[in-house]
Amino acid sequence: MSAFLTLLFRNRLAALGAVVIMAILILVLNIPLLPLHDPDVTATADRFMRPFAEGHLLGTDHLGRDLLSRLLHGTRLSLAVGIAAALIAAAIGSAIGIFAGYFGGRTDNIVMRGVDMLMAFPYILLALAIVAALGPGLMNALIAVAAVNVPFFARNIRGITVGLAGREFVDAARLAGMGHTRIVLTELLPNVLPVIVIAMSTTVGWMILETAGLSFLGLGSQPPQADLGSMLGEARSAMISHPHTSIVPGLMIFLIVVSINLLGDGVRDALDPRLRSGALSRPRATTLVKRHGDVPPTTDDLLAIQDLHTEFHVGKRNLRAVDGVSLAVKPGECLGVIGESGSGKSVTALSVMGLVASPPGVITGGAVRFQGEDLIGAPYESLRQKRGDRVAYIFQDPLSTLHPLYRVGQQLAEAIRSHDSLSKAETRARAIELLNDVRIPNAKSRVDDYPHEMSGGMRQRVGIAMALANEPDVIIADEPTTALDVTVQAQILSLLDDLRRERGLAIIFITHDFGVVAQLCDRVAVMYAGRIVEEGPTQAVLDAPAHPYTKRLIACVPELGGGRRELAAIPGLPPVLDDLPSGCAFAPRCNKAAKSCRQGEIPLQGPALRTVRCLFPERTL
Amino acid sequence: MPALKIEHLAKTYPRKRPLFGAAPPGVRAVRPMSFQVETGETLGVVGESGCGKSTLARMLVGLLEPTEGTIEIEGKALGTADPSEFGKLIQYVFQDPQSSLNPRKTIRQVMEAPLKRLHGMAKPARNRRIAEIFASVKLREEFLDRYPHEFSGGQAQRIGIARALAASPRIIILDEPVSALDVSVQAQVLNLLADLKTRFGLTYLFITHDLAVVEAVSERIVVLYFGAVVEIGRADRIFANPRHPYTGLLAESAPVVGRSLAAPEQKGIELPDPLNPPPGCAFAGRCPRATDLCRTREPELKQMGEDQLAACHYPLEN
Repeated sequence: MSAFLTLLFRNRLAALGAVVIMAILILVLNIPLLPLHDPDVTATADRFMRPFAEGHLLGTDHLGRDLLSRLLHGTRLSLAVGIAAALIAAAIGSAIGIFAGYFGGRTDNIVMRGVDMLMAFPYILLALAIVAALGPGLMNALIAVAAVNVPFFARNIRGITVGLAGREFVDAARLAGMGHTRIVLTELLPNVLPVIVIAMSTTVGWMILETAGLSFLGLGSQPPQADLGSMLGEARSAMISHPHTSIVPGLMIFLIVVSINLLGDGVRDALDPRLRSGALSRPRATTLVKRHGDVPPTTDDLLAIQDLHTEFHVGKRNLRAVDGVSLAVKPGECLGVIGESGSGKSVTALSVMGLVASPPGVITGGAVRFQGEDLIGAPYESLRQKRGDRVAYIFQDPLSTLHPLYRVGQQLAEAIRSHDSLSKAETRARAIELLNDVRIPNAKSRVDDYPHEMSGGMRQRVGIAMALANEPDVIIADEPTTALDVTVQAQILSLLDDLRRERGLAIIFITHDFGVVAQLCDRVAVMYAGRIVEEGPTQAVLDAPAHPYTKRLIACVPELGGGRRELAAIPGLPPVLDDLPSGCAFAPRCNKAAKSCRQGEIPLQGPALRTVRCLFPERTL
Repeated sequence: MPALKIEHLAKTYPRKRPLFGAAPPGVRAVRPMSFQVETGETLGVVGESGCGKSTLARMLVGLLEPTEGTIEIEGKALGTADPSEFGKLIQYVFQDPQSSLNPRKTIRQVMEAPLKRLHGMAKPARNRRIAEIFASVKLREEFLDRYPHEFSGGQAQRIGIARALAASPRIIILDEPVSALDVSVQAQVLNLLADLKTRFGLTYLFITHDLAVVEAVSERIVVLYFGAVVEIGRADRIFANPRHPYTGLLAESAPVVGRSLAAPEQKGIELPDPLNPPPGCAFAGRCPRATDLCRTREPELKQMGEDQLAACHYPLEN
């Protein structure tokens, strides 16, 4: 709760709205204590007194009634009616939405078409019709406003419920023997409640306006009872001669609605899970660079990552995702990077082209050199020119990297033309050629497919074709086959292998699968907790791992043909990045750890190209 | 008596009827299939995406009503799909441990549901049972009052397993239970599952796409392709001596340390279209041995050698 309030009040406008609405609420709740005139006592002799007149701070209206008193009583009534209408609409609308969304199918169809019909009427007409049928009066206006707003809640909540009802925890609840009512009340309702609150906070202001509108037309509160709408309605005839009688209630409506809407927007932003992480602003075009220390000197590798440090600054926490990683590839070479989630392998890859989202990502040290040129801190335009052109990426899930609304040919064309100025026909020919290169059968007709018309393997081929579009020198592939079936994976791997042999491509291949690394990569680097713990030629590392982590990781992965057996598990969990132990990060899970492992820096050492970061390696290198 | 016996179990999803004319034939997600799982056995179910693994699993636990066929658990036939009737006999462990836990419930509330609803236990009995189960899945009891987002994937999956155990089922369906976990945690969970099986005398149906994992944990393996069983055999033999060409293709495609990289299928082959299924064997389009017979007549599951069955007109030789 306190976290929610901090987040809410970080938004200055929401804080302003909260202050104004709280002030108004305190004022109207304390009416009995305030020295006010009776709002309904007329005194025709004192009619249309100006504000700041003696005894009447805001003046009097056309019947000589005290405006301040009527304003506060009216505000109290309007707020009460507006909030009550919002609560009723939210309760009924959400109930309909949850019911329709949970049961789905025909129930959903019938209920929601009914709701659609209600929405087809202009709201004021519908409200007028309801009041006409029930007769004028504040209670009936309340019913009308609530009824008019039911569809808004029903549709919103149904959408959320449909998504939730398909989630696995609802299946789990059914398997635990829960009935429909119990599932709706204990599984679904708590999860849609924030959405209901958000929808309510953004509509209360609107409902107060609608109630005022009905009262203005004389269908809401009846004289002499004051509410903001009827005060405006009564003042209408004297608007020119005595403007203060309409300005006073008008300003109050304005203040209430603006402050409630500002607060409502703030509540929505603070409850929205996407904004909660602190990423309130759009990420920058390149990762923020704040380098400390010296920049390492140039090497003659094609792409060299040198002592790279990338951190995530989330609130007060500093997550050291990449902590001094050095890697290098030469043309035609394939380097495998192995690690578990949180080991920093993907962040290393994204740091190369400044693609780590900032905020919260910050590159705090090291260099990334492409043909000797430092890319860290390079101007955006120079990075943009190299992205896709010299260094290209292939990501894990081709369905989320391809735009669903464009044909694959168009997306390939976009990739080609962002770096090359070719004519339309030439671009299309090039796109077809690329699809041929990645062995998509029938490339000529496939170029006009949408991503959803292709299988997962085909889509990943398109992803590879896009990466190849500008004949890059380096491809960084981040788990490109993890989401694919084994038979498709085998095809994609052999395609990548052919491409690097034919074109001299350098590949950095990120994965968690030793089998894949063994088949594709020349060298492999093993990462743990943001650091490289072992590096060397693939065969050497797999046959004779030197770091205890590598050895045990290999042992705990079952291998086809090994038969039924007990697996050698690694106890414990990977460390949390903002609380890394000093010394070796693997020490708490290692059976060989000694006291010296838990203090001081342990260097990555060994003969050239075969290194390990361990005081007690499994074998000497 | 087998722990689980299914006969001619099938699921067809109806398709939308067009404005004019008759409804098109439905999508056959699971074609009629029969097999049984012995008590105490782990039966692996392997297949690629879209082969009907998950549909089969959901029918077995009563989350989905089968179009035809019967499900028998320990000789007792289960009628209509009703998870609360199924729940006491057969439970489910989900692939994604996080999304199978309600984010707004504490672990204790999650654990209590099956005990209260399925077994009607009173509060003290429930607390004793939860403590017992938590000890057996090696979780600390202080976790009970926390919310799911506070747990790592491996811990959340243990909670998922603990919840399944709470119903005291005879059979547990494990639907890709380790594929969302890190490799170093996978082995912990697999070993825990093996340990629980012997301790509670459970029977497992282990669904996965990972051949190495399924081989390491199962006694027998069923290979699915396009909604049908193409091969059943002993885990230690089926990938070494496949009879169906598809099983062979799977085994050759799995990345193995020490085997050089060569795609067993060079052509970019599209899978059969479920809306427009091919006549005959569904694998014929990808099969190098296919003849006209394969393209016209669907092969039946036949005994091939000792305890191995395959559905192929021209099976591979040993």
